[in-house]
Amino acid sequence: MDPALSELTERVRAARAAHQSLCIRAGGTKDFYGNQPRGERLDPRSFRGIVDYEPSELVVTARCGTPLAELEAELAARGQMLPFEPPHFGDSATVGGCIAAGLSGPRRASAGAVRDFVLGATLLDGQAQVLRFGGTVMKNVAGYDVARLLAGSLGTLGLIVQASIKVLPVAAEHATMQLEADEAEALARMNTWAGQPLPVSATAWHAGRLTVRLSGSAAAVRAARERLGGGPLEPAAAAQLWYDIREHAAPFFQGPAPLWRLSVPSSAPPAQVAGDQLIEWGGALRWLRSSEPAATLRAAATALGGHATLFRGGDRSAGAFTPLAPSLADIHRRLKGQFDPDSIFNPGRMFKDL
Amino acid sequence: MTQTATLDRAPPAPEGVGAVDPHRQLEVLQALRAHLPQDCLLAHAEDTRPYECDGLTMFRQLPMLVALPRTEQQVASILRICHRMAVPVVPRGAGTSLSGGALPHAQGVLLSMARLNQIVSLDPVARIAVVQPGVRNQAISEQAARHGLFYAPDPSSQIACSIGGNVAENSGGVHCVKYGLTLHNVLRVRALLSDGTVAVFGSQALDSPGLDLLAVLIGSEGMLAVATEVSVRLLPRAQLARCAIASFDDVETAGNAVAALIGAGIIPAGLEMMDRAAVAMVEPFAHAGYDLGAAAILLCESDGTPEEVADEIERIEQVLLKAGATRISVSCDEAERLKFWAGRKNAFPAAGRVSPDYYCTDGTIPRKRLGEVLKAIEAMETKYGLRCPNVFHAGDGNLHPLVLYDGSDPASRARAEAFGEEILELCVRVGGTVTGEHGVGVEKLGTMCTQFDTATMDAFFGVRRAFDPGGILNPGKAIPTLARCAEYGRMHVHRGQVKFPDLPRF
Repeated sequence: MDPALSELTERVRAARAAHQSLCIRAGGTKDFYGNQPRGERLDPRSFRGIVDYEPSELVVTARCGTPLAELEAELAARGQMLPFEPPHFGDSATVGGCIAAGLSGPRRASAGAVRDFVLGATLLDGQAQVLRFGGTVMKNVAGYDVARLLAGSLGTLGLIVQASIKVLPVAAEHATMQLEADEAEALARMNTWAGQPLPVSATAWHAGRLTVRLSGSAAAVRAARERLGGGPLEPAAAAQLWYDIREHAAPFFQGPAPLWRLSVPSSAPPAQVAGDQLIEWGGALRWLRSSEPAATLRAAATALGGHATLFRGGDRSAGAFTPLAPSLADIHRRLKGQFDPDSIFNPGRMFKDL
Repeated sequence: MTQTATLDRAPPAPEGVGAVDPHRQLEVLQALRAHLPQDCLLAHAEDTRPYECDGLTMFRQLPMLVALPRTEQQVASILRICHRMAVPVVPRGAGTSLSGGALPHAQGVLLSMARLNQIVSLDPVARIAVVQPGVRNQAISEQAARHGLFYAPDPSSQIACSIGGNVAENSGGVHCVKYGLTLHNVLRVRALLSDGTVAVFGSQALDSPGLDLLAVLIGSEGMLAVATEVSVRLLPRAQLARCAIASFDDVETAGNAVAALIGAGIIPAGLEMMDRAAVAMVEPFAHAGYDLGAAAILLCESDGTPEEVADEIERIEQVLLKAGATRISVSCDEAERLKFWAGRKNAFPAAGRVSPDYYCTDGTIPRKRLGEVLKAIEAMETKYGLRCPNVFHAGDGNLHPLVLYDGSDPASRARAEAFGEEILELCVRVGGTVTGEHGVGVEKLGTMCTQFDTATMDAFFGVRRAFDPGGILNPGKAIPTLARCAEYGRMHVHRGQVKFPDLPRF
C-alpha cells in the first residue's frame, strides 16, 4: 500500500480505537458548506496525484489530495474538461473535496452533476478498510453504484481516497449573449430553450438580465446565436462572467446577508420570498440573499417541489440542509452504521444525528 | 487467477430454486387474498408457468405465487404481508432481463408490475414524464414525440421492456454514449420499501438533500425497493441524424479508429462495431448493406442541426479514413439511416436464425484493449468448439459476444456457459467489468467473485440491509455470498493476495 494511504489508514484505525471523531479537511475551501465541522482534522493531501489519464478513454483517475486546478490543467492540455464545471471556492480545492461536496457549476443543467460522471471511487471506511466501487469504464452495472452515492456524501461515509471521473472534450466554439427579461419571462425562455435542440451550456438571470452560453461546433453555435438573438459578450468578458458566477465572485454573492440555495423544478414559478435572486441551471437553481427564517424559505422551496439549503452565512442552528422524510432518514442512519459504525467521520456535517 | 474453466461442471443453483411447498403456498395465498381481488393472484402451476423465467431462459423456476396488483396500495399490501411472513418478493417488469434478474423464488411471490402501466403526466415545458413502472420504454418517446421530445435510453428491447425494469437494471442502449444511461435520465423514483412504506428518492429538481440514494437505487436489481412511479427527463429530439458505416480489414484497426474519433473530440450519438462473423450472420437476414468482406465494420451516428451534422460527418469521415477505413458510406436519408441500423438492431434475432440457441454476454472493457480481447475470444472459439460473433457498443466499451450453442445438448450448454464466463473474467483482467448493462441477476453471480473482494462485497450487503433489513426483496440476486464464491472456485486475486485465505481451495 502507498505510504501516504497507509498513514491515513493508521489515522482512522487510531481514531477508532480512541473513540475520536475525524473532520476531513484538505484545502478547507468548503468549510462554510454544511453544518459546523467537528472532530480532529484529517488532512488527506499527502495522498495526491493523477494515477491514470487516457484522453481517448475519456476517463481520469486521481487521488483525493490532487489539487483540482492541477487536474483541470492536465485535462485542458488535452482539450478535455470536467463536464460538471465544479466550483473551486479557493486555490487549494482538491479532487476529493470536489467529489465529497458534490457541487456542480453552470454546465450542470445541460451536462449533468458530479455524480453523473463518477465512474469509480475508493473509500477508506470507518473500519479502516479500503473499498473499491465501480471502475473506469462508462457502463458498469456490477454491484450497487456506491461510487456515485459517495458524490455529495460530505465525508459522512468515509474518506474518498481516489476517484475515476468521466471527462469530455471541450467544445470547439462558445458564445455568450445577454437579453433583457424579467424573472417570469426569463424562466419561460430558459425552459423553452431547453426543450429545443440548442447547444445551451449555461444560463443565468439576475436583475432583469438573462445571460446564455452556447457551446458546440462552430456551425451549431452560429445557428443558435442567430436564433436566440441578444447582445454578444466579448470572449474574455464572457469567461469572467461565468467564472464569477461559478466561484461566487460576482457582486450578488458578496456581503453579509445569508446565501440560500433553492433547488426546484426548472419550470417552477418565481419563488414568493423576500430577497435578491440569481437564477441558474435553466431555472432549477435559485440563489437567494435573504434573512427570512429557515422555516419560511424551506416551506417556499417545498411548495415549489424542491428544497432549500443555507449555503453560506446565516444561522445554521436549524441545520444547513432540509430535513429528510423519516423513511429516508432511517436509510441514512443505517448506511452510516454500515460504512462508519463508530461515527468517526464528519459527525453532524450533513445532519445533526448522522 | 490461473484456473481454467472446466467444461463439464453444472452451474451452482441460484438461491430459491426448488419445489414449491404447498402448505406454505396456501398459508401465504390466504393472507394475500384478504387484501387483494381474486384476479390479482395466481397459484396454479399452469397459470404461474409463464413467469418461470425472463429473457435468460437458461434458468427456470416456478414461483410459489404470482401477484398482479393494479395499484400502489395493493403493492404495499403485498409487501406488508410478505414482510410480516418473511416471504421473498421478486419484482418483475416486462420480463426481458437477460441476466435472470426476475427469476422466481420457489418460496416467494413473483410481483408483476405490468398492470401499473399508465403515463401519469407529461409536462412538455418542464420536460418531465411521470410514469408507472409497467409503462414500456418506447411508449414514453411515442407520447413525447408530438412535443419534439424523447426519452433517451434505448435498450434493444425498448418496444417491450418497462421503465421499472430499466430502473432496476440501469439500462443503456445504442445512444447512451452521448445521452447517458437510465441513471442520467431519471429524476425521481417513488418506491415502496420492503415493509410497504413509501419512500421518494430524488425529486423533479436537479438534486435533493442528503445522500444521493437515487444513484444507488438505480441499477439495484429490485433488491432495495419496489418502484411505483418514475419521473424521467425528456430531451429535445435532434433535427437530423445521419449514420456512417466504415469498413476495416482488421479488428484492431477498427478499435484504434474508435479511439481516434474520441481523441479528436467527437462524441457520436451512437458508435457500434460488428466483427466479420456478426456481419455475415446479420446481412443475409437484415439486408442492411454491410460490407461482407470487412474484418469489422463501425456504425457511427451524428445528430444535431443540419449544419452541425454536415460538419461532424465530414470530420468523422476524415478521422476514419486516416485511421485506416477501407470504405465509408454515409446515409443520405432517414430510410437509409434506419436500414443501416436495422442490421445492428437485429443481431440477436439473426443469431437465433443461424443457431438453435445463443448466449449473449455483456462485459465492458477499456476501449484500447479491444483488439486484444477480440483475438482472445477468437482463440476461445477453438477451445470451446463454439462460434462467437461479436457486436460491440464501441463508444462505451461494452461488448456483446454472442456464443452460439445448442441448448438441447447439455455439453454444448455447459461449454457455452464456461465460454461466457471466461470472456467476462478476461474483461475484469483488462480493467473492465462483468456487466455493462444487462445486470448480474443470477447469471453473473460467479464472475462477480472475480471482480470484487470480500470487504467490498460485504459493503454491498450492508447497503442492502440499510434499505431492506429483512432481505426479502429479490434475495440471492446480483451480489454473491461468500459461500457461493467459494463454490464458483475462481477467486478475486488482488495484488497477489488470495481473497478467502481461510477457505480450502478446490
